[in-house]
Amino acid sequence: MSDLLRLRDMDVGDPRREQRLEDIRREAERRGKLQVVSTRLAGAPFPQASPDTGYYGIPLLKQPPWTWEIPLYFFVGGAAGAAAVIGAIADYTGADRELVQHARWIAAAGSVISPALLIADLGRPERFLAMLRVFKPQSPMSVGVWTLLGFSSGAAAAAFAGFLSDRYGPSLPVKVLENAGQAASMLFGLPFSNYTGVLIGATAIPVWNHNAGYLPLHFAASGLGAAVGILELMGHRKSRALQALGLGAAIFESWQGLRIESRSHDHLDPLKHGPSGLITRTGGVLSGPLPTLLRVASLFGGERRSSKLRKWASWSAIAGSLITRFAWVHAGHVSARDWRLPLKDRSPAHQQLQGSH
Amino acid sequence: MSVTAFLTDSTLCIGCKACEVACKEWNGISEDGLDWSGFSYDNTEAVGASTWRHVKFVEEAPLPGFGGNAAEHNSWSFSSDVCKHCEQAGCLEACPTGSIVRTEFGGVFIQPDICNGCGYCVTACPFGVVERDQKDGRAFKCTFCYDRQKVGLQPACAKACPTESIKFGEIEDLRREAQSRVEELHRRGMDDAAIYDPLDTSVEGTHAFFIVRGDPRTYNLPPAPEVPTTYLKKSWRSSAIAAGLLLGGTLVAFLSDGNRSDGRGR
Repeated sequence: MSDLLRLRDMDVGDPRREQRLEDIRREAERRGKLQVVSTRLAGAPFPQASPDTGYYGIPLLKQPPWTWEIPLYFFVGGAAGAAAVIGAIADYTGADRELVQHARWIAAAGSVISPALLIADLGRPERFLAMLRVFKPQSPMSVGVWTLLGFSSGAAAAAFAGFLSDRYGPSLPVKVLENAGQAASMLFGLPFSNYTGVLIGATAIPVWNHNAGYLPLHFAASGLGAAVGILELMGHRKSRALQALGLGAAIFESWQGLRIESRSHDHLDPLKHGPSGLITRTGGVLSGPLPTLLRVASLFGGERRSSKLRKWASWSAIAGSLITRFAWVHAGHVSARDWRLPLKDRSPAHQQLQGSH
Repeated sequence: MSVTAFLTDSTLCIGCKACEVACKEWNGISEDGLDWSGFSYDNTEAVGASTWRHVKFVEEAPLPGFGGNAAEHNSWSFSSDVCKHCEQAGCLEACPTGSIVRTEFGGVFIQPDICNGCGYCVTACPFGVVERDQKDGRAFKCTFCYDRQKVGLQPACAKACPTESIKFGEIEDLRREAQSRVEELHRRGMDDAAIYDPLDTSVEGTHAFFIVRGDPRTYNLPPAPEVPTTYLKKSWRSSAIAAGLLLGGTLVAFLSDGNRSDGRGR
């Protein structure tokens, strides 16, 4: 009791408490009764939250539980899928056999590495086959696993059959296997190279779902840039088709980078600020403007200079693609940690209300 | 067999955490360490793999003045959080193994013998409920005491709650009860009491709704949760365009390359 009295004595003269008395008087004058906070019969005032306070700033959303395998899987899958498409089209249009075989080997390597990465990231890797007990079109993960299965089978078959026919000469069963595998790897490779954009786009993570309509395009261009880069590093630096594809992918990536940079939205903040912003921008520059410049420069001058510049453009695009995938996953973590984003009321009615104040 | 729900009435919660204890004990959930968060009496912080009921403690520093309990005491409110068991559940739609199912009681249940820990449900939950247990590898969340409901018992948390702050029953009955309770609270002067049940969002309502005073955001309850399947159409359209561009672009690139058959060189 005496403690309480002493505390109260210390409070005498506190301007906040004096202001409080003023408020009570004004309220009583105005309404004839007291309805100010804390004098209500109903009890104590209730805390009013705002998106900035949240609940002690504890994140509302959970961060993705994935480790490094998943962004690497995005990179490998993107490059392998695009390589399968390049290989098949090169074959159908009569491009040289070595380019076709190299593209197939990239796809085949991806067909082994991709599932290995996906399985390694599972909490219970031994239960991977549980993925194959259902097909759910509404789950991008389910669609993706079946696509991966089709792609891996096709790409592995095409590369293996190509190897057999190069080594032991053509035969009908090998040819059938080669053509069927190639067609499958192309058909499944088309969605396989970009479905990971759908995978992270259709989630509750703000920075991802805000870009749901853009990520698959972005990931497809990134995968194409990497596939062309790997092929050129394998020696195909005279192919005009690859040059055109690499340039196209780099220009597309530059445009997409500009698109993000020119838009302002709090959901996009992890792509622009802090360490995640730095990684995203590094990946963006290496995938877009830098290879664009190098490839344009390689169009002029001698053969040796051109080859050298294309080599650098390839390294840049591959590194850019790899960094971009890690950047998006990292940005997802930053976005999930930000409690303010899901607490903002973005309904049109609410925004109108805010606007009228 | 009826469709059931939780009604968690925060105006009746005394913050005793009996629901947390009962849930952990009934379901045999592992302990998750003893850390002091510094956030009022809340040292659990959020629902997750090893916390399926979680009592939130919302505290405001004393306001100078008199009346009510404002002078010497903090305003202090509690609310027991739980998986919302959404009508349109993001985790259920996202699960690629079919491990997550809707039970005959309307709850959302992870079958532990099927889950392979892909973690996709974690990113799909707009309430941040599901979590992958890093030691066990699988995803976990409230089971709505499916085992108890199957034999006609109420969930452990509801049974252990000493103030009936956690009510369990048939969903339509509870929706009516919530309505009349809020009306009663309004009559008693608590005109900031409201039901949190996001019926008008893509989640289409929940099987665990709440009565809270003030802004639901105080309790980390999102004002506009969206089930991530709403982004599918936009996303797959982009994917189809990307596939078309890749196919068309590659075709054009190779067809227009006159030297394609001898274009290789080191």
